[in-house]
Amino acid sequence: MIDQFRSRILERKPLRIRGGGSKDFYGGPLVGEFLDARAHAGIVSYEPTELVVTARCGTPVEEIKSALAARRQFLPFEPPVFGNATIGGAVAAGLSGPRRAAVGSLRDYVLGVQIMDGEGRVLKFGGEVMKNVAGFDVSRLMAGSLGTLGLILEVSLKVLPLPVAEATLRFELPQDKALEAMNRWAGQPLPVAATCWQDGVLSLQLAGARAAVDSACVKLGGERVEDAEAFWTSLREQSADFFAGPSDNAPLWRLSLPSVTPSLDLPGPQLIEWGGAQRWLRGEFDATTLREKVGAGVTAFRGASQEQRAAGVFGTLPTPVMEIHRRLKQGFDPYGVFNPGRLYPEF
Amino acid sequence: MREHSADVAQDFSNVDRAALLADLGRLLPATALLHEAEDLKPYECDGLSAYRQLPLAVALPETEAQVVAVIKACRTAGVPVVARGAGTGLSAGALPHPQGVVLSLAKMKRILHVDPVARVAVVQPGVRNLAISEAAAPFGLYYAPDPSSQIACTIGGNVAENSGGVHCLKYGLTVHNVLRVRAVTIDGEVVEFGNHGLDAPGYDLLALLIGSEGLLAVTTEVTVKLVPKPELAQVIMASFDDVMKAGEAVAAVIAAGIIPAGLEMMDKPATAAVEPYVKAGYDLNAEAILLCESDGTAEEVAEEIAAMRAVLEGSGATEIRVSTSEAERLRFWAGRKAAFPAAGRISADYYCMDGTIPRKRLGEMLTAITQMEKKYGLRCINVFHAGDGNLHPLILYDANIEGELERTEAFGAEILKLSVDLGGTITGEHGVGFEKINSMCDQFASDELRAFHAVKRAFDPGGLLNPEKAIPTLHRCAEFGRMHVHGGQIKFPELERL
Repeated sequence: MIDQFRSRILERKPLRIRGGGSKDFYGGPLVGEFLDARAHAGIVSYEPTELVVTARCGTPVEEIKSALAARRQFLPFEPPVFGNATIGGAVAAGLSGPRRAAVGSLRDYVLGVQIMDGEGRVLKFGGEVMKNVAGFDVSRLMAGSLGTLGLILEVSLKVLPLPVAEATLRFELPQDKALEAMNRWAGQPLPVAATCWQDGVLSLQLAGARAAVDSACVKLGGERVEDAEAFWTSLREQSADFFAGPSDNAPLWRLSLPSVTPSLDLPGPQLIEWGGAQRWLRGEFDATTLREKVGAGVTAFRGASQEQRAAGVFGTLPTPVMEIHRRLKQGFDPYGVFNPGRLYPEF
Repeated sequence: MREHSADVAQDFSNVDRAALLADLGRLLPATALLHEAEDLKPYECDGLSAYRQLPLAVALPETEAQVVAVIKACRTAGVPVVARGAGTGLSAGALPHPQGVVLSLAKMKRILHVDPVARVAVVQPGVRNLAISEAAAPFGLYYAPDPSSQIACTIGGNVAENSGGVHCLKYGLTVHNVLRVRAVTIDGEVVEFGNHGLDAPGYDLLALLIGSEGLLAVTTEVTVKLVPKPELAQVIMASFDDVMKAGEAVAAVIAAGIIPAGLEMMDKPATAAVEPYVKAGYDLNAEAILLCESDGTAEEVAEEIAAMRAVLEGSGATEIRVSTSEAERLRFWAGRKAAFPAAGRISADYYCMDGTIPRKRLGEMLTAITQMEKKYGLRCINVFHAGDGNLHPLILYDANIEGELERTEAFGAEILKLSVDLGGTITGEHGVGFEKINSMCDQFASDELRAFHAVKRAFDPGGLLNPEKAIPTLHRCAEFGRMHVHGGQIKFPELERL
């Protein structure tokens, strides 16, 4: 498989790397010949007592989750599966689920990668240990790079034990009060795992030691929701009505902001996650106007037109930062083989 | 401008010292520029004093504008720039360059802003690690990474080294706790990496910058994440009559689904070294002791301590004590935290190693270290961040005895080589610096080193920021590789041998 990948790369023609294809909607336009990463699959090693799993890029995320669940462990950053995501695609996209504010992002759990660069060389960075400061942290650089720096062949991820206890509480609160509550709770020693506000309802997921969850439920009050797992899954997988419901055709915008940013006065429905730091917005907006209003962390996440995708869905970078991006791209992929234009139109 | 090259080190021998001092003198107040030999002396080394070198000058800017000015002047003149915080580093990462300027950020030590609602602190690079937690304490918050040197080390240095500490198994390293770094590039551009949200557009340059040992940019401001201070912490001290059993107990704790706030191991020679010094109450008959900490709410801690206790007893602990007061908890930790100075008390010199290995390979490593003690005729005491497999063997030696330093370096290099062979790394948290640069050739192949140099060029095409540190040139590895031929395969076949 590795040799087949290499021979494709050495043709020096643009390649569109694809795992499960679950995130074809994301980022810039899909350019180049299809390179199917799914054939390079399988869990290479999983050591529950070392808290590390290593898998080939084409391994379905669901397969990894099942293997971990059998040993009562999980991927705390909860990457969206969107049907059939592979772990290579998950790392390339760098997306994290509802617990991100509490437990960290996908990038935080990347321990090592093996990649093939634009000259067909297999390179290993990081490893399978928690603490490793030898060399630049190229492994974490791969998270969210949308496959533009290399073909991710293998990844090692830190895993954690499943929380002993979980509970979900619900509060009827207007947006500004909900934002205040989310930020207040995050500053207290409470086992907050995830938060979500929509339509005047704040949902709070607690996870941790049984005693800690129970005492937090007593302290915080609210309405205890049984069987809330489906709710959090529908949020992570964007199958909830907000994402998939009646306003189906309206583009979905992702706003990454400081958690304390006050309620945004924008038309259209909003959904808030990550203690206030991730806000979703549906509707037709002009990206530039939106960025002027709320800052640079605006992504045309889903439903952007082909023209918008070609112009870039992540906005623009300050010139010196773009220059560093270009040189990194040049260093890892000098012939512009990998996913051209998927992250920025410039490369 | 000269190009940074992956192959050979640059030659800076034509740097004009007089012209440089004249330039810097125009840019900085007299108090912010040192150039007399006796003033330069305190900067000749960092925490690893085995390596010493006087720089051409030391610049001590007080503002970001001065940092920009110094960097631009050095760039124009083609002079190396070595950034420095408190100089507590243990890998000679802040070792001056003989033709370079040391850029000390020590005077930029203001805490600019603590926001208890957003749970962030914005600080200048020279702020001490512990000072951040002290400033956050009135709000029930703290900055989690706690390297042993936290009283003295600066946040700028922590960013450069991706520093850890005894609580990083649960709370993460610097990279997990820094939201934003404002830095000056070698071109004198002020750039922000990360932001006050939870992610930033584009490549994760913040992850690259953290742990980059001053090779990519010079930090002028840092936003750190603050987390709620746990209500309570308690620590279990468990004795074992066998080091292997202690290692297995660590795995058993993790297997039981527990992530302790801290999980440390000390072997018998280590406890023997620290006990007379700190009187922590360690069991001196034990072959190894484990310190296993739980933190959280009172209920949480009670539940977790009971669970950890059961696992440790099941793993054959010969004695278990649980701290009953904060004073006792701190005393149990005091011994572990004093391990380095204690080594300094029982030996003229000591050399601290920093490899990380998969925990299950601990037995092999310890057996090998015992054999190396005989081979090199030197003693070694062992303290470990057992939870994450990060080992700190302290090799005891006397630099005044002819040949001991060289034997110690060889001993250390062999431990690092074995760390790599066991599936680990040559450095878990202290950095490569100048010290471990040859060992990088053991861990990485030439293609990977080329990739690191490409990253370096992306930020610093002229190769002026902390040259000859952290990432070896291929030439250096080829020379070093002559001694290290593995399995009949030469590691750098494409390079001509000198």
